[in-house]
Amino acid sequence: MKLLVAVKRVIDYNVKVRVKADQTGVDLANVKMSMNPFDEIAVEEAVRLKEAGIATEVVVVSLGVLQSQETLRTALAMGADRAILVQTDAELQPLAVAKLLKAVVDKEAPQLVILGKQAIDDDSNQTGQMLAALLDWPQATFASKVVVAGSEATVTREIDGGLETLAVSLPAIITTDLRLNEPRYASLPNIMKAKKKPLDVIDPASLGVDIAPRLTTLKVTEPPKRQGGVKVASVADLVAKLRTEAKVI
Amino acid sequence: MAVLVIAEQGAGSLKPATLNAVTAAAKLGDVHVLVAGAGIGAAVEAAKAIAGVSKVLSADSADYAHGLAEALTPLVVSVAKGYDAVVASATTFGKNLLPRVAALLDVQQISEVVAIENADTFVRPIYAGNALATVKSADTIKVMTVRATAFDAAPAIGGSASVEAVAVIAGSGKSAFVGQELSKSERPELTAARIVISGGRGMQNGENFQLLEAVADKLGAAVGASRAAVDAGFVPNDYQVGQTGKIVAPDLYIAVGISGAIQHLAGMKDSKVIVAINKDEEAPIFQIADYGLVADLFKAVPELKEELDRSA
Repeated sequence: MKLLVAVKRVIDYNVKVRVKADQTGVDLANVKMSMNPFDEIAVEEAVRLKEAGIATEVVVVSLGVLQSQETLRTALAMGADRAILVQTDAELQPLAVAKLLKAVVDKEAPQLVILGKQAIDDDSNQTGQMLAALLDWPQATFASKVVVAGSEATVTREIDGGLETLAVSLPAIITTDLRLNEPRYASLPNIMKAKKKPLDVIDPASLGVDIAPRLTTLKVTEPPKRQGGVKVASVADLVAKLRTEAKVI
Repeated sequence: MAVLVIAEQGAGSLKPATLNAVTAAAKLGDVHVLVAGAGIGAAVEAAKAIAGVSKVLSADSADYAHGLAEALTPLVVSVAKGYDAVVASATTFGKNLLPRVAALLDVQQISEVVAIENADTFVRPIYAGNALATVKSADTIKVMTVRATAFDAAPAIGGSASVEAVAVIAGSGKSAFVGQELSKSERPELTAARIVISGGRGMQNGENFQLLEAVADKLGAAVGASRAAVDAGFVPNDYQVGQTGKIVAPDLYIAVGISGAIQHLAGMKDSKVIVAINKDEEAPIFQIADYGLVADLFKAVPELKEELDRSA
């Protein structure tokens, strides 16, 4: 069984994001970039399925600028077999990403596509669901447990108030939530090996889909800052203030 | 302009986040509500009574019983074609369903809208709430999820909408519901609670959350947690408050043993009053707390419980 995993290059989750003074976006100059954390979980899950003998090949795909190759190399070092970069400097919104991924899926014919539930830059949480819609495949989003057996995946999902379990027939889309697994660190020998694994670069124009953005960003601003308040000396003082000053209890 | 709200319902009732979605939708135009499920009589009655709703569309079918995206999408897509905008609350239900609908309508969805500027311009948080993007949509139908805490709940009574049954459309049948495991709690739901008390890594283990539960029961509060506490396995993920968990905005938020990582602040910074209890006086949480108490939580929290017992 072939698995496809989509990964995105984003600002590292540890970096403090700064809004640009001209309000056109956030400052990306000289900022550390990494693989989107939810996508690392997706790569890890795919590699585990291969190690368990369920998957035979793990293909990782990314869409974006040339430097996304680094993100793909990270995935290869984690254990993916082969990588594809749909290279473009254009702004890609989730619908366009889903359309490009559909074109890749049509070529590669995987049985399962695993994606992060959202990217930590635009926080859209859409691509997996959109890809499932365009392919007319079932979707199991926000997965915290995945069991693949025969022509079916049984997936436990994180929902408001608890967990839900679904059975989806393959081929299917899975998007990952935090507790699905803990991604491994790539070892140095594996990082070296990853440099020799195949990485194909393709031009989005060759896929023949409309990727024009539908949303125009008019401005990006900083959220209003919350002012710190006072320190209280004791629990009694705290309760008194909540009662008489804030009047919330 | 007519706006379609996708109601969320289950166990015979309408989920409260639907009321917030109605408020958001009312800023765009005349509000119709689609209630789809199995045995939805009570939910339809509840939707009819929401102030500001002019029409309720009901689709009752066993196919829709578990709110699966594959089952509901063909119905929602078909109904949505007659509307200028489609709105759902950004709950796990809305987040799962709406992008699937948007893709089939060939629309770029706008996620987690926190403000509506006009019919095509919306504000949404990006980078875990560290920035706000104002975006203008060029699509004919606007499809969006809205963050419940950013819009007041519409009054649940006072409306008298008409009801129209819509034809059931079968879904793909490629997915099936197996089971559900909901956290059982007498306490209010996190996103609906007036008071929330949350614990972080400082709680040290899951058992210590009982300290918070004792205070929560005293105050009628919900119990939450930071991602650090969830990742450490102290409590289940549905406790998680933060950008990757739940977004809350209660009247009072009490953060206990939480340092105040950006990702956590994104989930609670719109609370009316924030209290922080932490032994590290340098913890970033104090920079946004209205009331900060530098103390060992294992002494302070039991004391808080006693103080509340005494003065109640």
